[in-house]
Amino acid sequence: MMEKMIIGRYIPVESPLHRMDPRAKLMIVFLFVCIVFLANNAITYGILAVYTFLMVFASKVPFRYIMGGLKIVFWLILFTMILHLFLTKEGDILFQWGWFTVYEGGLRQGIFISMRFFLLILMTSLLTLTTTPIEITDGLEELLGPLKKFKFPVHELALMMSISLRFIPTLMDETDKIMKAQTARGVDFSGGTIKERINSIIPLLIPLFISSFKRAEELAVAMEARGYRGGEGRTKYRLLQWSLLDTGMLILLALVTLLLAVFRM
Amino acid sequence: MDISLQQVEYRYQVNSPFEHLALEDVSIDIPSGTYLAIIGHTGSGKSTILQHLNAILKPTKGKVIIGDQEVTNAKKQKNLKSIRKKVGIVFQFPEHQLFEETVEKDICFGPMNFGVSESEAKRRAREAILQVGLSEEILAKSPFDLSGGQMRRVAIAGVLAMEPDVIVLDEPTAGLDPRGRKEIMDMFYRLHKDRNLSTILVTHSMEDAALYADQIVVMHQGKVFKKGSPREIFQSPVGLMELGLDVPEVVRFQNKLEDTFHVKFSKTCVTLEELTEEIHRLFKKVGELT
Repeated sequence: MMEKMIIGRYIPVESPLHRMDPRAKLMIVFLFVCIVFLANNAITYGILAVYTFLMVFASKVPFRYIMGGLKIVFWLILFTMILHLFLTKEGDILFQWGWFTVYEGGLRQGIFISMRFFLLILMTSLLTLTTTPIEITDGLEELLGPLKKFKFPVHELALMMSISLRFIPTLMDETDKIMKAQTARGVDFSGGTIKERINSIIPLLIPLFISSFKRAEELAVAMEARGYRGGEGRTKYRLLQWSLLDTGMLILLALVTLLLAVFRM
Repeated sequence: MDISLQQVEYRYQVNSPFEHLALEDVSIDIPSGTYLAIIGHTGSGKSTILQHLNAILKPTKGKVIIGDQEVTNAKKQKNLKSIRKKVGIVFQFPEHQLFEETVEKDICFGPMNFGVSESEAKRRAREAILQVGLSEEILAKSPFDLSGGQMRRVAIAGVLAMEPDVIVLDEPTAGLDPRGRKEIMDMFYRLHKDRNLSTILVTHSMEDAALYADQIVVMHQGKVFKKGSPREIFQSPVGLMELGLDVPEVVRFQNKLEDTFHVKFSKTCVTLEELTEEIHRLFKKVGELT
């Protein structure tokens, strides 16, 4: 039932994006999140869209699969869009229908904001689709390394992140299992009134919480049994390799940023 | 209630890079009152079949007929709940589904979802808790204060209280100690006989399959590899062993005995009692000859 969700899932295929250094990918995603806000007209949004779809293409993850997995997000985007249609009152009136008026500014704002949202989600999904959780953590730990001087718990943060990412699919599977078990006991997750639906969540959430707590405890014991004592003096088994591809990708993003700066109003 | 799977195919995650075929051309008939064991390796499709038995999964091709209802891929069906009322599934590690404050409430949860009144559900809860070998005092406790074995029994009681016509068991004794194992398996067998239920058991244990089942289906890579009575299935252990499956200890012992002493028993014994009888007969024969 939950098998379509792609958030946090890694797809093992061979592609340029998969080969990239996670540090470069993290930097690109971070920069992308910043430069998305530079776009403010059709051309600049067009540039961003072209760039994003180029990246999707380079990842070799089937586009239809990504779209299928983002179905839930589309509702959110639709919601923001409608909110903007209602609440922004700028520019000429496009049409009026009773008390409901759509302004030109509202339509434009709605489209732009949804687009921004969509591109952001697409890029961040690409990161997790092409990078294993362990790579993401390694990359993040390296990138944040300098902060250790200010007593910032970089290693702990990275560990926390990798554990949460690692357990997203496990939790999904678990949810699926419990849903099936409760369905067999007569719970209807897909129908009924809103009250019934909310009630049906309880038999799902409680077992899920309990097993998560149990799992956390087991994991902690297993880690300590294998001698885990925090990041102090811990050596690395996997070393990150920066290649020409990574430099190239960063330059590409720099060019995109430049284009945005030139074409924005 | 008769259940019949007809040319069932099931694909997981259609249209994704993870798509794979879990079942292919599976046809199994389960007439009312049968005790059927499904055996096979991990990944052979056992658990996928099981989820078809109460329409949690719908076949991507073919059809499943449960009682007078037909489940296919084509249409959205509203009356699945009536199927689930009649087919109770005990999933693997069923204790993971417990969630209520008290054992009693948890056992009542299933029946009440299917429209049973509260007083009737409570009556069934008391009956079910005794059936699984626990005492009535446990009804007032929180399910999370119990031991693992007790939680398992409570979860099973939760399914029994639904009073299904067909009971489906997915490795119900995994992770239990040998005594708990035997108690639970014997309990299910008694229920099967007393209430004239259909029972479908998915298991790794060849001993359990040989001991309790009337019919065995051997699954291999999503297909039915062999069907038949325990005797038919274990008569030729070679095929099973090629799949990496075991045969019951009794059968292995008999084969060794026959090889070592160059004798042939009149039949393949699948239970300890049968084997003892055969050996006894053999001894008598040897005694008469000398």
